[in-house]
Amino acid sequence: MDFSIIFGNLDIYLEGLKNTLILVSISLFIGLILAVPLAAVLQTSKNILISGPIRAFIYFFRGTPLLVQMFLIYYGLGQFEPLKTSFLWIFFKEAYFCALFAFTLNTCAYTTEIIRGAIENTPHGEIEAAKAAGMSTFLRFRRIILPSAFRRALPSYSNEIIFMLHSSSLASVITIVDITGAARIVNSRFYSPYEAFLTAAIFYMAITFLIIWLIKKLEFKWSAHLRRE
Amino acid sequence: MFNLQGYGPSILQGTILTIELCLASLLIAMVLGILCALAKLSNYRALKLSAQIYTTMIRGIPELILMLLIYFGGQVLINQIGPALGYDGYIDINPFVAGVSTIGFIFGAYLAETFRGAILAVPNGQLEAGYAYGMSGFKVFTRILLPQMIRHAIPGFGNNWLVLMKTTALVSIIGLNDMVRMASLAAGATRMPFTFYMVIAINYLILTSISILILNWLNKKYSVGILKD
Repeated sequence: MDFSIIFGNLDIYLEGLKNTLILVSISLFIGLILAVPLAAVLQTSKNILISGPIRAFIYFFRGTPLLVQMFLIYYGLGQFEPLKTSFLWIFFKEAYFCALFAFTLNTCAYTTEIIRGAIENTPHGEIEAAKAAGMSTFLRFRRIILPSAFRRALPSYSNEIIFMLHSSSLASVITIVDITGAARIVNSRFYSPYEAFLTAAIFYMAITFLIIWLIKKLEFKWSAHLRRE
Repeated sequence: MFNLQGYGPSILQGTILTIELCLASLLIAMVLGILCALAKLSNYRALKLSAQIYTTMIRGIPELILMLLIYFGGQVLINQIGPALGYDGYIDINPFVAGVSTIGFIFGAYLAETFRGAILAVPNGQLEAGYAYGMSGFKVFTRILLPQMIRHAIPGFGNNWLVLMKTTALVSIIGLNDMVRMASLAAGATRMPFTFYMVIAINYLILTSISILILNWLNKKYSVGILKD
Protein backbone atom coordinates (compact mmCIF):
# COMPACT_ATOMS: atom_id res chain seq x y z
CA MET A 1 0.00 0.00 0.00
CA ASP A 2 1.31 3.38 -1.04
CA PHE A 3 -0.71 5.99 0.81
CA SER A 4 0.95 8.87 -1.02
CA ILE A 5 -0.98 7.85 -4.16
CA ILE A 6 -4.25 8.16 -2.24
CA PHE A 7 -3.52 11.46 -0.54
CA GLY A 8 -1.79 12.91 -3.60
CA ASN A 9 -4.94 12.36 -5.65
CA LEU A 10 -7.55 13.16 -3.07
CA ASP A 11 -8.75 16.13 -5.13
CA ILE A 12 -9.76 13.78 -8.00
CA TYR A 13 -11.72 11.66 -5.54
CA LEU A 14 -13.44 14.71 -4.07
CA GLU A 15 -14.42 15.86 -7.56
CA GLY A 16 -15.76 12.34 -8.12
CA LEU A 17 -17.63 12.41 -4.82
CA LYS A 18 -19.30 15.66 -5.87
CA ASN A 19 -20.41 14.17 -9.20
CA THR A 20 -21.67 10.96 -7.60
CA LEU A 21 -23.72 12.89 -5.03
CA ILE A 22 -25.19 15.20 -7.68
CA LEU A 23 -26.12 12.34 -10.02
CA VAL A 24 -27.65 10.21 -7.27
CA SER A 25 -29.59 12.95 -5.50
CA ILE A 26 -31.05 14.55 -8.62
CA SER A 27 -32.10 11.24 -10.18
CA LEU A 28 -33.61 10.01 -6.91
CA PHE A 29 -35.47 13.29 -6.41
CA ILE A 30 -36.98 13.47 -9.90
CA GLY A 31 -37.59 9.71 -9.93
CA LEU A 32 -39.57 9.93 -6.68
CA ILE A 33 -41.60 12.94 -7.82
CA LEU A 34 -42.59 11.13 -11.01
CA ALA A 35 -43.18 7.82 -9.25
CA VAL A 36 -45.86 9.02 -6.82
CA PRO A 37 -48.46 10.06 -9.44
CA LEU A 38 -47.57 7.06 -11.63
CA ALA A 39 -48.15 4.69 -8.72
CA ALA A 40 -51.41 6.40 -7.78
CA VAL A 41 -52.69 6.24 -11.36
CA LEU A 42 -51.58 2.62 -11.72
CA GLN A 43 -53.40 1.65 -8.56
CA THR A 44 -56.66 3.50 -9.26
CA SER A 45 -57.05 3.48 -13.05
CA LYS A 46 -59.05 0.68 -14.62
CA ASN A 47 -58.36 1.96 -18.13
CA ILE A 48 -55.83 -0.32 -19.78
CA LEU A 49 -54.79 2.43 -22.19
CA ILE A 50 -53.46 4.37 -19.21
CA SER A 51 -52.14 1.59 -17.00
CA GLY A 52 -50.74 -0.47 -19.90
CA PRO A 53 -47.97 1.96 -20.92
CA ILE A 54 -47.00 2.49 -17.26
CA ARG A 55 -46.77 -1.25 -16.73
CA ALA A 56 -44.69 -1.64 -19.90
CA PHE A 57 -42.35 1.12 -18.72
CA ILE A 58 -41.87 -0.57 -15.35
CA TYR A 59 -41.41 -3.99 -16.94
CA PHE A 60 -38.77 -2.72 -19.35
CA PHE A 61 -36.73 -0.71 -16.85
CA ARG A 62 -36.84 -3.35 -14.13
CA GLY A 63 -36.14 -6.24 -16.50
CA THR A 64 -33.05 -4.90 -18.25
CA PRO A 65 -29.65 -3.93 -16.86
CA LEU A 66 -29.03 -0.24 -16.18
CA LEU A 67 -25.84 -0.47 -18.25
CA VAL A 68 -27.85 -1.42 -21.35
CA GLN A 69 -30.38 1.36 -20.66
CA MET A 70 -27.54 3.86 -20.41
CA PHE A 71 -25.96 2.63 -23.65
CA LEU A 72 -29.36 2.81 -25.37
CA ILE A 73 -29.69 6.46 -24.41
CA TYR A 74 -26.09 7.64 -24.73
CA TYR A 75 -25.00 5.72 -27.85
CA GLY A 76 -28.34 4.53 -29.21
CA LEU A 77 -30.23 7.79 -29.65
CA GLY A 78 -27.58 9.07 -32.06
CA GLN A 79 -28.94 6.61 -34.58
CA PHE A 80 -31.98 8.82 -35.16
CA GLU A 81 -31.20 11.62 -37.55
CA PRO A 82 -34.26 13.83 -36.68
CA LEU A 83 -33.25 13.84 -33.01
CA LYS A 84 -29.69 14.77 -33.88
CA THR A 85 -30.83 17.88 -35.72
CA SER A 86 -33.37 18.96 -33.10
CA PHE A 87 -32.62 21.18 -30.13
CA LEU A 88 -32.85 18.12 -27.82
CA TRP A 89 -29.47 17.00 -29.09
CA ILE A 90 -27.81 19.71 -26.98
CA PHE A 91 -28.80 17.58 -23.98
CA PHE A 92 -28.48 14.07 -25.37
CA LYS A 93 -24.96 14.53 -26.69
CA GLU A 94 -23.77 15.15 -23.13
CA ALA A 95 -22.72 12.02 -21.22
CA TYR A 96 -23.68 13.69 -17.95
CA PHE A 97 -27.25 14.35 -19.04
CA CYS A 98 -27.64 10.86 -20.53
CA ALA A 99 -26.46 9.22 -17.31
CA LEU A 100 -28.84 11.38 -15.31
CA PHE A 101 -31.70 10.58 -17.70
CA ALA A 102 -31.08 6.82 -17.54
CA PHE A 103 -30.71 6.83 -13.75
CA THR A 104 -33.90 8.85 -13.32
CA LEU A 105 -36.02 6.56 -15.50
CA ASN A 106 -34.53 3.49 -13.84
CA THR A 107 -35.13 4.62 -10.26
CA CYS A 108 -38.56 5.94 -11.24
CA ALA A 109 -39.60 2.46 -12.43
CA TYR A 110 -38.41 0.75 -9.24
CA THR A 111 -39.87 3.44 -6.99
CA THR A 112 -43.26 3.32 -8.73
CA GLU A 113 -43.44 -0.38 -8.02
CA ILE A 114 -42.43 0.13 -4.36
CA ILE A 115 -45.03 2.87 -3.79
CA ARG A 116 -47.73 0.98 -5.68
CA GLY A 117 -47.15 -2.00 -3.38
CA ALA A 118 -47.37 0.26 -0.33
CA ILE A 119 -50.60 1.88 -1.56
CA GLU A 120 -52.09 -1.54 -2.22
CA ASN A 121 -51.47 -2.53 1.41
CA THR A 122 -53.33 0.42 2.88
CA PRO A 123 -55.72 -0.93 5.53
CA HIS A 124 -59.20 -0.98 4.06
CA GLY A 125 -60.76 0.62 7.11
CA GLU A 126 -58.68 3.79 6.64
CA ILE A 127 -60.00 4.26 3.12
CA GLU A 128 -63.58 3.56 4.21
CA ALA A 129 -63.26 6.06 7.04
CA ALA A 130 -61.95 8.68 4.63
CA LYS A 131 -64.84 8.00 2.25
CA ALA A 132 -67.32 8.18 5.11
CA ALA A 133 -65.88 11.55 6.06
CA GLY A 134 -66.72 12.71 2.54
CA MET A 135 -63.20 13.13 1.21
CA SER A 136 -62.67 13.33 -2.55
CA THR A 137 -60.26 10.88 -4.20
CA PHE A 138 -57.50 13.51 -4.35
CA LEU A 139 -57.92 14.56 -0.75
CA ARG A 140 -58.02 10.91 0.32
CA PHE A 141 -54.70 10.27 -1.40
CA ARG A 142 -53.09 13.39 0.00
CA ARG A 143 -54.24 13.04 3.60
CA ILE A 144 -54.76 9.33 4.22
CA ILE A 145 -53.30 6.95 1.68
CA LEU A 146 -49.98 8.54 0.73
CA PRO A 147 -48.71 9.41 4.23
CA SER A 148 -49.21 5.87 5.48
CA ALA A 149 -47.95 4.40 2.19
CA PHE A 150 -44.71 6.40 2.49
CA ARG A 151 -44.20 5.03 5.97
CA ARG A 152 -44.63 1.48 4.73
CA ALA A 153 -42.48 2.09 1.67
CA LEU A 154 -39.55 3.55 3.58
CA PRO A 155 -37.62 0.29 4.25
CA SER A 156 -37.76 -0.79 0.60
CA TYR A 157 -37.11 2.73 -0.58
CA SER A 158 -33.96 2.93 1.53
CA ASN A 159 -32.75 -0.17 -0.31
CA GLU A 160 -33.52 1.59 -3.57
CA ILE A 161 -31.44 4.62 -2.49
CA ILE A 162 -28.44 2.42 -1.73
CA PHE A 163 -29.00 0.47 -4.93
CA MET A 164 -28.99 3.74 -6.87
CA LEU A 165 -25.80 4.88 -5.16
CA HIS A 166 -24.10 1.66 -6.18
CA SER A 167 -25.52 1.74 -9.70
CA SER A 168 -24.26 5.29 -10.17
CA SER A 169 -20.77 3.81 -10.44
CA LEU A 170 -21.79 2.84 -14.00
CA ALA A 171 -21.59 6.51 -14.99
CA SER A 172 -17.82 6.05 -15.11
CA VAL A 173 -18.30 3.76 -18.12
CA ILE A 174 -19.51 6.67 -20.23
CA THR A 175 -16.55 8.91 -19.31
CA ILE A 176 -18.06 10.67 -16.27
CA VAL A 177 -15.64 11.24 -13.40
CA ASP A 178 -17.63 10.00 -10.42
CA ILE A 179 -15.96 8.17 -7.52
CA THR A 180 -15.43 5.09 -9.67
CA GLY A 181 -14.24 7.24 -12.55
CA ALA A 182 -11.70 8.85 -10.21
CA ALA A 183 -10.50 5.41 -9.13
CA ARG A 184 -10.12 4.33 -12.74
CA ILE A 185 -8.07 7.45 -13.54
CA VAL A 186 -5.80 6.85 -10.56
CA ASN A 187 -5.45 3.17 -11.45
CA SER A 188 -4.49 3.86 -15.05
CA ARG A 189 -2.06 6.61 -14.06
CA PHE A 190 -0.15 4.70 -11.39
CA TYR A 191 -1.12 1.08 -12.10
CA SER A 192 -2.02 0.63 -8.45
CA PRO A 193 -5.42 -1.13 -8.35
CA TYR A 194 -5.50 -1.68 -4.58
CA GLU A 195 -4.97 1.93 -3.60
CA ALA A 196 -7.26 3.23 -6.34
CA PHE A 197 -10.25 0.94 -5.89
CA LEU A 198 -10.05 0.41 -2.13
CA THR A 199 -10.17 4.19 -1.64
CA ALA A 200 -13.28 4.32 -3.82
CA ALA A 201 -14.76 1.41 -1.87
CA ILE A 202 -14.22 3.29 1.40
CA PHE A 203 -15.94 6.37 -0.02
CA TYR A 204 -18.96 4.29 -1.09
CA MET A 205 -19.15 2.46 2.24
CA ALA A 206 -19.04 5.73 4.14
CA ILE A 207 -21.93 7.15 2.09
CA THR A 208 -23.90 3.89 2.41
CA PHE A 209 -23.63 3.84 6.19
CA LEU A 210 -24.49 7.51 6.39
CA ILE A 211 -27.66 6.87 4.37
CA ILE A 212 -28.61 3.87 6.51
CA TRP A 213 -28.16 5.99 9.65
CA LEU A 214 -30.24 8.86 8.26
CA ILE A 215 -33.05 6.49 7.20
CA LYS A 216 -33.09 4.93 10.66
CA LYS A 217 -33.57 8.36 12.19
CA LEU A 218 -36.34 9.15 9.71
CA GLU A 219 -38.05 5.83 10.38
CA PHE A 220 -37.95 6.55 14.10
CA LYS A 221 -39.46 9.98 13.55
CA TRP A 222 -42.22 8.75 11.24
CA SER A 223 -43.28 6.00 13.59
CA ALA A 224 -43.73 8.36 16.54
CA HIS A 225 -47.48 7.68 16.77
CA LEU A 226 -46.88 3.91 16.90
CA ARG A 227 -44.44 4.02 19.79
CA ARG A 228 -45.37 3.45 23.39
CA GLU A 229 -43.50 5.60 25.85
CA MET B 1 -38.19 -7.02 -37.06
CA PHE B 2 -34.53 -6.13 -36.59
CA ASN B 3 -32.01 -6.27 -39.39
CA LEU B 4 -28.86 -7.51 -37.64
CA GLN B 5 -26.63 -7.18 -40.71
CA GLY B 6 -25.08 -10.60 -40.22
CA TYR B 7 -24.22 -10.02 -36.55
CA GLY B 8 -26.97 -12.37 -35.33
CA PRO B 9 -24.67 -15.36 -34.69
CA SER B 10 -22.14 -13.33 -32.68
CA ILE B 11 -24.96 -11.87 -30.55
CA LEU B 12 -26.24 -15.41 -30.01
CA GLN B 13 -22.75 -16.50 -28.91
CA GLY B 14 -22.69 -13.61 -26.46
CA THR B 15 -26.10 -14.61 -25.15
CA ILE B 16 -24.90 -18.15 -24.53
CA LEU B 17 -21.86 -16.81 -22.69
CA THR B 18 -24.11 -14.59 -20.57
CA ILE B 19 -26.26 -17.59 -19.62
CA GLU B 20 -23.17 -19.66 -18.75
CA LEU B 21 -21.87 -16.79 -16.68
CA CYS B 22 -25.19 -16.48 -14.81
CA LEU B 23 -25.36 -20.17 -13.98
CA ALA B 24 -21.69 -20.50 -12.99
CA SER B 25 -21.83 -17.48 -10.70
CA LEU B 26 -25.13 -18.63 -9.23
CA LEU B 27 -23.48 -21.92 -8.27
CA ILE B 28 -20.63 -20.13 -6.47
CA ALA B 29 -23.05 -17.70 -4.85
CA MET B 30 -25.25 -20.52 -3.53
CA VAL B 31 -22.31 -22.42 -2.01
CA LEU B 32 -20.91 -19.24 -0.44
CA GLY B 33 -24.36 -18.15 0.66
CA ILE B 34 -25.23 -21.35 2.46
CA LEU B 35 -21.79 -21.56 4.12
CA CYS B 36 -22.08 -17.94 5.22
CA ALA B 37 -25.63 -18.45 6.52
CA LEU B 38 -24.52 -21.46 8.56
CA ALA B 39 -21.53 -19.45 9.84
CA LYS B 40 -23.87 -16.65 10.93
CA LEU B 41 -26.03 -19.09 12.86
CA SER B 42 -23.13 -21.03 14.39
CA ASN B 43 -21.93 -20.68 17.94
CA TYR B 44 -18.35 -19.76 17.03
CA ARG B 45 -17.74 -16.06 17.43
CA ALA B 46 -14.89 -15.90 14.90
CA LEU B 47 -17.04 -17.51 12.19
CA LYS B 48 -19.99 -15.27 13.03
CA LEU B 49 -17.87 -12.14 12.93
CA SER B 50 -16.18 -12.94 9.63
CA ALA B 51 -19.53 -13.74 8.01
CA GLN B 52 -20.88 -10.45 9.34
CA ILE B 53 -17.93 -8.47 7.98
CA TYR B 54 -18.27 -10.19 4.60
CA THR B 55 -21.97 -9.41 4.15
CA THR B 56 -21.69 -5.84 5.47
CA MET B 57 -18.75 -5.03 3.22
CA ILE B 58 -20.35 -6.42 0.08
CA ARG B 59 -23.54 -4.48 0.70
CA GLY B 60 -21.56 -1.26 1.15
CA ILE B 61 -19.50 -1.43 -2.06
CA PRO B 62 -20.78 -1.19 -5.66
CA GLU B 63 -20.47 -4.29 -7.83
CA LEU B 64 -18.39 -2.47 -10.44
CA ILE B 65 -15.76 -1.42 -7.90
CA LEU B 66 -15.50 -4.98 -6.60
CA MET B 67 -15.21 -6.32 -10.11
CA LEU B 68 -12.46 -3.88 -11.08
CA LEU B 69 -10.71 -4.54 -7.77
CA ILE B 70 -10.73 -8.31 -8.27
CA TYR B 71 -9.83 -8.09 -11.97
CA PHE B 72 -7.00 -5.55 -11.75
CA GLY B 73 -6.00 -6.25 -8.16
CA GLY B 74 -6.02 -10.01 -8.70
CA GLN B 75 -3.78 -9.54 -11.71
CA VAL B 76 -1.21 -7.64 -9.65
CA LEU B 77 -1.48 -10.08 -6.77
CA ILE B 78 -0.97 -13.17 -8.92
CA ASN B 79 2.00 -11.63 -10.65
CA GLN B 80 3.53 -10.85 -7.28
CA ILE B 81 2.96 -14.37 -6.03
CA GLY B 82 4.18 -15.99 -9.29
CA PRO B 83 7.85 -14.94 -9.07
CA ALA B 84 7.89 -15.80 -5.37
CA LEU B 85 6.98 -19.37 -6.29
CA GLY B 86 9.63 -19.46 -9.02
CA TYR B 87 7.45 -18.73 -12.05
CA ASP B 88 8.90 -16.07 -14.36
CA GLY B 89 6.27 -15.50 -17.04
CA TYR B 90 3.42 -12.99 -16.91
CA ILE B 91 0.12 -14.49 -15.80
CA ASP B 92 -3.09 -13.17 -17.31
CA ILE B 93 -6.32 -13.47 -15.35
CA ASN B 94 -9.06 -14.94 -17.47
CA PRO B 95 -11.88 -12.37 -17.50
CA PHE B 96 -14.46 -15.18 -17.31
CA VAL B 97 -12.93 -16.43 -14.06
CA ALA B 98 -12.72 -12.87 -12.73
CA GLY B 99 -16.33 -12.19 -13.69
CA VAL B 100 -17.74 -15.43 -12.30
CA SER B 101 -15.84 -15.20 -9.04
CA THR B 102 -16.75 -11.55 -8.49
CA ILE B 103 -20.45 -12.03 -9.17
CA GLY B 104 -20.48 -15.24 -7.15
CA PHE B 105 -18.69 -13.49 -4.30
CA ILE B 106 -21.14 -10.55 -4.31
CA PHE B 107 -24.34 -12.57 -4.48
CA GLY B 108 -23.04 -15.06 -1.91
CA ALA B 109 -23.45 -12.23 0.59
CA TYR B 110 -27.01 -11.41 -0.51
CA LEU B 111 -28.06 -15.06 -0.63
CA ALA B 112 -26.60 -15.59 2.84
CA GLU B 113 -29.28 -13.28 4.25
CA THR B 114 -32.03 -15.09 2.34
CA PHE B 115 -30.80 -18.51 3.45
CA ARG B 116 -30.38 -17.39 7.04
CA GLY B 117 -34.00 -16.29 7.15
CA ALA B 118 -35.10 -19.55 5.54
CA ILE B 119 -33.14 -21.65 8.03
CA LEU B 120 -34.66 -19.74 10.93
CA ALA B 121 -38.13 -20.38 9.49
CA VAL B 122 -37.76 -24.16 9.92
CA PRO B 123 -39.11 -25.11 13.36
CA ASN B 124 -36.38 -26.11 15.78
CA GLY B 125 -38.32 -29.22 16.82
CA GLN B 126 -37.80 -30.68 13.36
CA LEU B 127 -34.03 -30.52 13.77
CA GLU B 128 -34.22 -31.84 17.33
CA ALA B 129 -36.29 -34.78 16.14
CA GLY B 130 -33.61 -35.52 13.55
CA TYR B 131 -30.89 -35.52 16.17
CA ALA B 132 -33.05 -37.66 18.43
CA TYR B 133 -33.11 -40.29 15.70
CA GLY B 134 -29.32 -40.34 15.87
CA MET B 135 -28.72 -38.52 12.58
CA SER B 136 -25.38 -36.77 12.14
CA GLY B 137 -25.28 -32.98 11.72
CA PHE B 138 -24.72 -33.35 7.97
CA LYS B 139 -27.63 -35.75 7.61
CA VAL B 140 -29.96 -33.45 9.53
CA PHE B 141 -28.89 -30.68 7.15
CA THR B 142 -29.51 -32.62 3.91
CA ARG B 143 -32.60 -34.56 4.95
CA ILE B 144 -34.48 -32.19 7.24
CA LEU B 145 -33.24 -28.62 7.04
CA LEU B 146 -32.63 -28.33 3.28
CA PRO B 147 -35.94 -29.73 1.96
CA GLN B 148 -37.94 -27.52 4.30
CA MET B 149 -35.95 -24.31 3.95
CA ILE B 150 -36.19 -24.27 0.13
CA ARG B 151 -39.81 -23.15 0.26
CA HIS B 152 -38.96 -20.19 2.47
CA ALA B 153 -35.89 -19.31 0.42
CA ILE B 154 -37.53 -19.24 -3.03
CA PRO B 155 -38.96 -15.67 -3.01
CA GLY B 156 -35.71 -14.06 -1.83
CA PHE B 157 -33.69 -16.36 -4.02
CA GLY B 158 -35.76 -15.37 -7.05
CA ASN B 159 -35.18 -11.65 -6.44
CA ASN B 160 -31.46 -12.20 -6.09
CA TRP B 161 -31.33 -14.29 -9.24
CA LEU B 162 -33.04 -11.54 -11.27
CA VAL B 163 -30.59 -8.95 -9.96
CA LEU B 164 -27.66 -11.30 -10.58
CA MET B 165 -28.64 -11.75 -14.21
CA LYS B 166 -28.69 -8.02 -14.77
CA THR B 167 -25.36 -7.62 -12.98
CA THR B 168 -23.66 -9.89 -15.51
CA ALA B 169 -23.89 -7.00 -18.01
CA LEU B 170 -20.97 -5.48 -16.08
CA VAL B 171 -18.50 -8.12 -17.25
CA SER B 172 -18.49 -6.43 -20.66
CA ILE B 173 -16.51 -3.65 -18.94
CA ILE B 174 -13.64 -5.99 -18.07
CA GLY B 175 -13.53 -7.27 -21.63
CA LEU B 176 -15.55 -10.46 -21.49
CA ASN B 177 -17.41 -11.23 -24.73
CA ASP B 178 -20.88 -11.39 -23.23
CA MET B 179 -23.90 -10.19 -25.19
CA VAL B 180 -23.54 -6.54 -24.18
CA ARG B 181 -19.99 -6.42 -25.48
CA MET B 182 -20.94 -8.28 -28.64
CA ALA B 183 -23.66 -5.70 -29.19
CA SER B 184 -21.14 -2.88 -28.62
CA LEU B 185 -18.81 -4.36 -31.24
CA ALA B 186 -21.65 -4.81 -33.72
CA ALA B 187 -22.96 -1.31 -32.95
CA GLY B 188 -19.55 0.20 -33.63
CA ALA B 189 -19.18 -1.60 -36.93
CA THR B 190 -22.68 -0.95 -38.28
CA ARG B 191 -23.40 2.46 -36.69
CA MET B 192 -26.71 1.10 -35.44
CA PRO B 193 -26.25 1.24 -31.67
CA PHE B 194 -29.94 1.61 -30.83
CA THR B 195 -30.93 -1.52 -32.77
CA PHE B 196 -28.28 -3.70 -31.19
CA TYR B 197 -28.72 -2.48 -27.62
CA MET B 198 -32.48 -2.89 -28.02
CA VAL B 199 -31.95 -6.51 -29.10
CA ILE B 200 -29.86 -7.04 -25.95
CA ALA B 201 -32.51 -5.39 -23.79
CA ILE B 202 -35.15 -7.70 -25.26
CA ASN B 203 -32.85 -10.69 -24.67
CA TYR B 204 -32.65 -9.74 -21.01
CA LEU B 205 -36.42 -9.34 -20.84
CA ILE B 206 -36.84 -12.84 -22.28
CA LEU B 207 -34.37 -14.32 -19.78
CA THR B 208 -36.12 -12.50 -16.93
CA SER B 209 -39.57 -13.67 -18.03
CA ILE B 210 -38.48 -17.30 -18.38
CA SER B 211 -36.87 -17.13 -14.93
CA ILE B 212 -40.06 -15.78 -13.39
CA LEU B 213 -42.06 -18.63 -14.92
CA ILE B 214 -39.61 -21.23 -13.58
CA LEU B 215 -39.54 -19.61 -10.15
CA ASN B 216 -43.34 -19.60 -9.95
CA TRP B 217 -43.37 -23.28 -10.90
CA LEU B 218 -40.74 -24.07 -8.25
CA ASN B 219 -42.67 -22.11 -5.67
CA LYS B 220 -45.81 -24.12 -6.42
CA LYS B 221 -43.91 -27.40 -6.36
CA TYR B 222 -42.30 -26.78 -2.99
CA SER B 223 -45.50 -25.49 -1.40
CA VAL B 224 -47.51 -28.58 -2.30
CA GLY B 225 -47.65 -29.75 1.30
CA ILE B 226 -48.75 -26.37 2.64
CA LEU B 227 -52.39 -25.50 3.20
CA LYS B 228 -53.46 -22.15 1.77
CA ASP B 229 -56.34 -20.23 3.23
